[in-house]
Amino acid sequence: MADGLRAYALIVGMWVRSTMAYRFSFVMMAVGNFLATALDFAAIAIIFGHTRVLGGFSLPETAFLYGTSGCALGLADLVLGSMDQLGQRVRDGTLDTLLVRPVPVFAQAAADRFALRRLGRISQSVLVLAWSLTALKAAWTPVDVLLVPVMLVSGAAIFSAVFVTGAAFQFWATDAAEVQNSFTYGGNALTQYPPTVFAKDLLRGATFVVPLAFVNWLPALHILRRADPLGLPGWLDFCSPLVAAAACAAAGLAWRAGLRAYRSTGS
Amino acid sequence: MDALIRLERVEKVFKVRRRVGRLRRVRTEVRAVDGISFDIARGEMVGYIGPNGAGKSTTIKMLTGILVPSGGRVRVAGIDPARERTRVARRIGVVFGQRTTLWWDLPLRDSYELVRRLYRVPDARYDRNLARCVELLDLGPLLDVPVRQLSLGQRMRGDIAAALLHDPEVLYLDEPTIGLDVVSKAKVRGFLREVNDGGTTVLLTTHDLTDIEQLCTRVMVIDHGRLVHDGDLAGLHGAGDSERTLVVDFERELPPVRIAGARPVKVEGPRQWLAFPASASAAPLVAELAACYPLVDLSVREPAIEDVIARMYAGRAAL
Repeated sequence: MADGLRAYALIVGMWVRSTMAYRFSFVMMAVGNFLATALDFAAIAIIFGHTRVLGGFSLPETAFLYGTSGCALGLADLVLGSMDQLGQRVRDGTLDTLLVRPVPVFAQAAADRFALRRLGRISQSVLVLAWSLTALKAAWTPVDVLLVPVMLVSGAAIFSAVFVTGAAFQFWATDAAEVQNSFTYGGNALTQYPPTVFAKDLLRGATFVVPLAFVNWLPALHILRRADPLGLPGWLDFCSPLVAAAACAAAGLAWRAGLRAYRSTGS
Repeated sequence: MDALIRLERVEKVFKVRRRVGRLRRVRTEVRAVDGISFDIARGEMVGYIGPNGAGKSTTIKMLTGILVPSGGRVRVAGIDPARERTRVARRIGVVFGQRTTLWWDLPLRDSYELVRRLYRVPDARYDRNLARCVELLDLGPLLDVPVRQLSLGQRMRGDIAAALLHDPEVLYLDEPTIGLDVVSKAKVRGFLREVNDGGTTVLLTTHDLTDIEQLCTRVMVIDHGRLVHDGDLAGLHGAGDSERTLVVDFERELPPVRIAGARPVKVEGPRQWLAFPASASAAPLVAELAACYPLVDLSVREPAIEDVIARMYAGRAAL
């Protein structure tokens, strides 16, 4: 584990320095990344130009959902978002060059093509979240305050699990990246909006199949004192860390199975 | 004999799904490596050759722990590479001829720094190894150049150095001279000889018989997943009476020349191809040609590995 983290940090350092070989291009990409995500929020702001509430949620409340989802995804995206390119390494055989090094493959694959420009996405989400926290008229209890960092970390872990599971599938289907993206970036787009605007079946899927509801919806329902649109019991609002741990464990198993399949069949 | 590498009846079977008709798929088994056994002693330099798809790369991948064998036993320095991949990784160096491990946008030196830290090479040893590689491979002026600006030959030299900085006991090279010009090939070969003299065991796959001729005392030939020859190169040539070819450019078009010890194969304008036994020396032929005919240029071509193997089979069938 410590070995893996050390290797991860070393390889990330190399990618950051590689990026800095093209400084101007990096700045443009980071700004572009920031603006592209900012446009997302602009769309939400425009909706609120025409209506005071969206699914019963005010603009600051929606911004809170947007910010927490964006921060969680942004963190996961920064740390191992490049894993969706694993399929390419499987296809062209360059995965072999990672397998002959004395450090865990997972750490190397996670650090592969590390893209610092993704800071753009997080910084935009952090700004929106910060604004929503000042604008929210919530009665903050100590539990609520504690729940915010917990949901951010759990949310990042859940999105990470989706990234890793998606990467693991690429050992079998080298171009599964798009499916994975629909759950990560698509999931982010979903959880930016209040759950009350979506059909119940979609919410059930997002709660029990791919547990995206635990990224921000459920804990936010508690903080914002909202009733669950599915009528689920209130204690579920605190289950994000457990769900995140389970998702990570499942992702770990998928990764191991994928790597084992690769090593017994080759490319 | 102290066997550093030992393979015992090693097999690798791939299950391939093949499309038959529009929807039906049939699973077939491909035996990429089909029961190979050999020992390589510490300090040997062994050539591993065979036609495309014969199972060379699959064997190397099993030796490095990238692939898990379907059957048999592999040991490298007493370790099972498939089970303890990272442990074996510390003791081996691998060069993939067509896949660089160097960092494209960073100076060559940075790639070496990463190796030092990933393998935790002690400073003194790292400095010593790097100095040696820099001297023998002429890397001095290249250390601060971004890898993307290096030529193919320079990059290959850089890759070989990267595989040696942690003092591996075994060096595997997969086509180390592919695509290189004559000068680069010579430099790489000279360096590999030096590395082997220093006690490192070397196993190399190649399509260039000259590599084998100049470097290896032992050559193993694999075909259809089976070891069909294990011995010296002369033995390989002897087994199939293989031939080298003298390509001669004359000043003008001539009728096919007839000299003792060679037979004309092809004539194309002023250029002629003469075949002679691989075991014979080219020197007397060249002397005779130069004495009797108006020569412009001349070169010797080694037989292609595919031809050598084809002749081996033909020779065997005749027996």
